[in-house]
Amino acid sequence: MLASEKEDNVSDTEPQVEDVDRRDFLYVATGAAGAVVAGATIWPLVDQMNPSADVLALASIRLDISGVAEGTQIRELWQGKPVFIRHRTADEIEQARAVSLGDLKDPQSDEERSLDEAGKYLVMLGVCTHLGCVPLGDGAGDYNGWFCPCHGSHYDTSGRIRKGPAPYNLEIPPLQMVDDATIQIG
Amino acid sequence: MSGIPQDHYEPGTKVEKWVDDRLPIVRMAFDFIAFPTPKNLNWMWIWGVMLTVFLVIQIVTGIVLVMHYVPHVDHAFGSVEHIMRDVNGGWLIRYIHMNGASFFFIAVYAHIFRSLYYGSYKAPREITWIIGILIYLLMMGTAFMGYVLPWGQMSFWGATVITGLFSALPIIGEPLQTWLVGGPAIDQATLNRFFSLHYLMPFMILGLTVVHIWAFHTTGNNNPDGVTIRKDDVDTTKRDTVPFHPFYTIKDLYALTLFLLFFVAIVFFMPNYLGHPDNYVEANPLVTPSHIVPEWYFLPFYAMLRAIDFDILFIDSKLGGVIAMFGSIVIMALAPWTDTSRVRSGKYRPMLRVAFWILVADFFLLMWAGAMPAEGLIPTISLIGTIYWFAYFLVILPVLGILEVPEQMPATVEAAFQAEHPKAPAVGHSGGWIVGTNSGRTDAVGTGSVPGATPAE
Repeated sequence: MLASEKEDNVSDTEPQVEDVDRRDFLYVATGAAGAVVAGATIWPLVDQMNPSADVLALASIRLDISGVAEGTQIRELWQGKPVFIRHRTADEIEQARAVSLGDLKDPQSDEERSLDEAGKYLVMLGVCTHLGCVPLGDGAGDYNGWFCPCHGSHYDTSGRIRKGPAPYNLEIPPLQMVDDATIQIG
Repeated sequence: MSGIPQDHYEPGTKVEKWVDDRLPIVRMAFDFIAFPTPKNLNWMWIWGVMLTVFLVIQIVTGIVLVMHYVPHVDHAFGSVEHIMRDVNGGWLIRYIHMNGASFFFIAVYAHIFRSLYYGSYKAPREITWIIGILIYLLMMGTAFMGYVLPWGQMSFWGATVITGLFSALPIIGEPLQTWLVGGPAIDQATLNRFFSLHYLMPFMILGLTVVHIWAFHTTGNNNPDGVTIRKDDVDTTKRDTVPFHPFYTIKDLYALTLFLLFFVAIVFFMPNYLGHPDNYVEANPLVTPSHIVPEWYFLPFYAMLRAIDFDILFIDSKLGGVIAMFGSIVIMALAPWTDTSRVRSGKYRPMLRVAFWILVADFFLLMWAGAMPAEGLIPTISLIGTIYWFAYFLVILPVLGILEVPEQMPATVEAAFQAEHPKAPAVGHSGGWIVGTNSGRTDAVGTGSVPGATPAE
């Protein structure tokens, strides 16, 4: 009995099919507008966590590297990250250039990485490509280059990954020679 | 709100009835504390209460510490020393908060392994289990961010390493890391947001705790025998259970006293034993400490992260380590479905018992390996430990359900209880012990009686 009443109700509304269609449209339109509003509200809340303008403004620095003696390295802070500037010895350069690219996890020749063609200076980020620790320098590790104490990544005299969990070579930042003694990082 | 038959609150006076008709808050509280709880629970059923107490301790001491702490890279380290030296009782409040985190994790590991042994994760408690895993993940996040706030060397480099994990993800990794940190490296932006989130997340844990309790109050507690309590009617349920209050409140209070005794011994006599001395050196972005270790409670997972130092097909070693670390927790959430055995409790599963205790040993082995420098045999040991962890959930649990012949088990909680306490009264409780409105119902099955207890009329 109830069922038949319901059927009657349904048949009552059938002539008003147009109304139902309009309501469907309004329903979907309201939902769509709501989704856009929700997205527009959430985005600023997410985006505020990206680097702020003052952080981005510290994008480049200039450094005098003439004071770096052969066989030593200095560390500078660029964008909150340490940068290694190493004046390599002839022995280190020779070791770096003797390696065949086939032995490398992240193949890159020493010529591509060194600041000058002769390979005297090597400038790279002192950030282990594994999880961001600062590797120990001055001939540390099995390959006489750098060694990351956190998880045991060994880098050679060209800063290339040779052993351990790091996936890539130490990163070379954007570099420019301003004059014979000055470099610009960034 | 529960599916378990129990006595309910009956307003005695007109005033109580007036309130109950408008806001049944007393009813809710009564039903909550009188919740029928299996009468065979052992000492491993104390950790939930320990965890709740420590959550409150952490929130209260944390709110107080915020009154003195300064979330700025130039002042954070100094403000913590200010708390330690100048703020009245500040040293105590900070040491409680600092060691409270460790005790929180001691309790959560005991709680998790309890659930693994007694099959508490199995049907029908899958949702309770998954919410528990979510709470654990939030605890890890909260503890990690809290450790960054004192801005010591371990804070800074721990934050560098952990946020570095996200850079392992393909394509979105680098932008995601920058977004999390708020710049190219850990700095002021990072410290500020970690402070904000460290304050927020405990309240999220609190919310999930309510849902966690709601879920197992719907299904009923598991118990050491893994037998489902009978739910036919109030009388039958009472043969398997006792009301939570006063039976388990007093038991938990006793356990809490012992646990807090252990806690204050650490707080007063060796407050820095569980920490790392490097964190009393102010953060320096140019120098990484020679040996970075996370807090002890992260060590097993840290060991798994380091164990993967080789590429697997197209997955490089870094991403592989991250997958192993997070995967080790995700597979725990899948345990209700990978465990194929129809028997819940490890008490009646001879083969599971062996596998379980190896898992516990494996956990401590990984904890030890995580604390060691990644040299010599350590990576190999970590790898073996990682493989066993995954094998337990993905191979052993499914296979044991087929191979294992379970031992004979009791049909009811009542029978299990009787077997363990032959001299105890056959009925769970007589009327005289019940708080509130149990109107002296006599149980037909009961033969024994509690000395000195008379049915309350």
